[in-house]
Amino acid sequence: MSTSTLQTILQKHSAALLDEWMKTQLSADTLRSDLIKESELRDQSTQFIALFRDAMAGGNVTDVRDPEWKPARELLSKVSRARAVQGFTPSETATFVLSLKQPLFARIRLEQKDAGALADDYWTATLLLDKLALHTTEVYQKSRDDIIRRQHEEMLELSTPVVTLWEGILALPMIGTLDSARTQIVMESLLQRIVETGSEIAIIDITGVPTVDTLVAQHLLKTVSAARLMGADCFISGIRPQIAQTMVHLAIDLSNVVTKSTLADAFIVALERLEQKTNGAANRANGTHLPNARKTPAPVRAHRAEAR
Amino acid sequence: MERIPILRMGPFLLVTIQVDMHDRLALTLQDDLTQKISRTGAKGVLIDISSLEVVDSFIGRMLANISAMASVLDAKTVVVGMQPAVAITLVELGLPLRGVRTALNVERGMELLNRSLGMDEKRSVKKPAESAGNDPIAE
Repeated sequence: MSTSTLQTILQKHSAALLDEWMKTQLSADTLRSDLIKESELRDQSTQFIALFRDAMAGGNVTDVRDPEWKPARELLSKVSRARAVQGFTPSETATFVLSLKQPLFARIRLEQKDAGALADDYWTATLLLDKLALHTTEVYQKSRDDIIRRQHEEMLELSTPVVTLWEGILALPMIGTLDSARTQIVMESLLQRIVETGSEIAIIDITGVPTVDTLVAQHLLKTVSAARLMGADCFISGIRPQIAQTMVHLAIDLSNVVTKSTLADAFIVALERLEQKTNGAANRANGTHLPNARKTPAPVRAHRAEAR
Repeated sequence: MERIPILRMGPFLLVTIQVDMHDRLALTLQDDLTQKISRTGAKGVLIDISSLEVVDSFIGRMLANISAMASVLDAKTVVVGMQPAVAITLVELGLPLRGVRTALNVERGMELLNRSLGMDEKRSVKKPAESAGNDPIAE
């Protein structure tokens, strides 16, 4: 009976098996002594052998998804997740289980004298360890995906700062490729900041955006429309020559949006518009309608003095 | 029946929407507002929707309609205090409300109305200013 051979080996010789396994692991090419300590590896191996034995005692050696294999699977998941974070490669992670084959097979050979039964035992053990190794790889892959997803989310939050340039003027310097999810976050954070700061003007600077396609342009226009609905003006600055060409080729209509070539230009226009508004209000309070802002554009320093 | 109050402030009407709009309420508001504009001869309407958090295409269209009706009755409409989520929804619904003027809050909206009123008076033939401090020497 093949099952019983494996069970006997694990019951009687687990200490010897562990020693041989450790030897195999420590001499293997895939050992990453820079990432994991020998004591930690020994600890993991000891735990795994113990759980492996317990699971085998249940008599089920074919389906590792059964409940009696749960502790062993959980240990492997833990090891696998830890290794994914530590920077092991997938093969190095899977080798943890697969390296058990060599010492285990050697043991089976010592115990089992009948040739036919030996082949059966080999097959059972191989199947079992392969399944466990596959489980390890799956968990590894999943943890890597989680790490990538988390980093992606962090990048989304990092890369969309809304800065206050002046009292009443917000700027949103966009850097990197724009996709729908990112533009959505940009849009929401900009609108939220407009409400929080009560700013009347927002400048979207796209100097750092390498490409603009129809979808991105549509998102930009939507942001401008939404800001307008809330009562704020939106300027777009930093459109590069290639992007300007693309936009015209794509027949994107930006005639309703104020566009400036640099952030500085947009800022000057924004200051002028702010001044226009404050002057208008001030004149009304003084009882005159003189629209001062229509005069020649004053130097920025003058704007500063008045905006204060 | 519940109604949305319409307050008079000098030459303007102030509508503050504090509850969630449903369709009947919107239609009642439309009726009441047009009547009030024609009765008082108001020059401007300020609609504060800062407490409005849910909006659908009907309400969006209603805002545009009210603005258009008011402008037929010679009153300017300013919608103030729209929430970001509402603005995004309206844009996604394809209702950018092109003809409606907007402002961030009631104060700014009032400034906007005052300014447009002042400009109107300046453009039209000299007549006694309605609000204090409108001196037509700028002509």
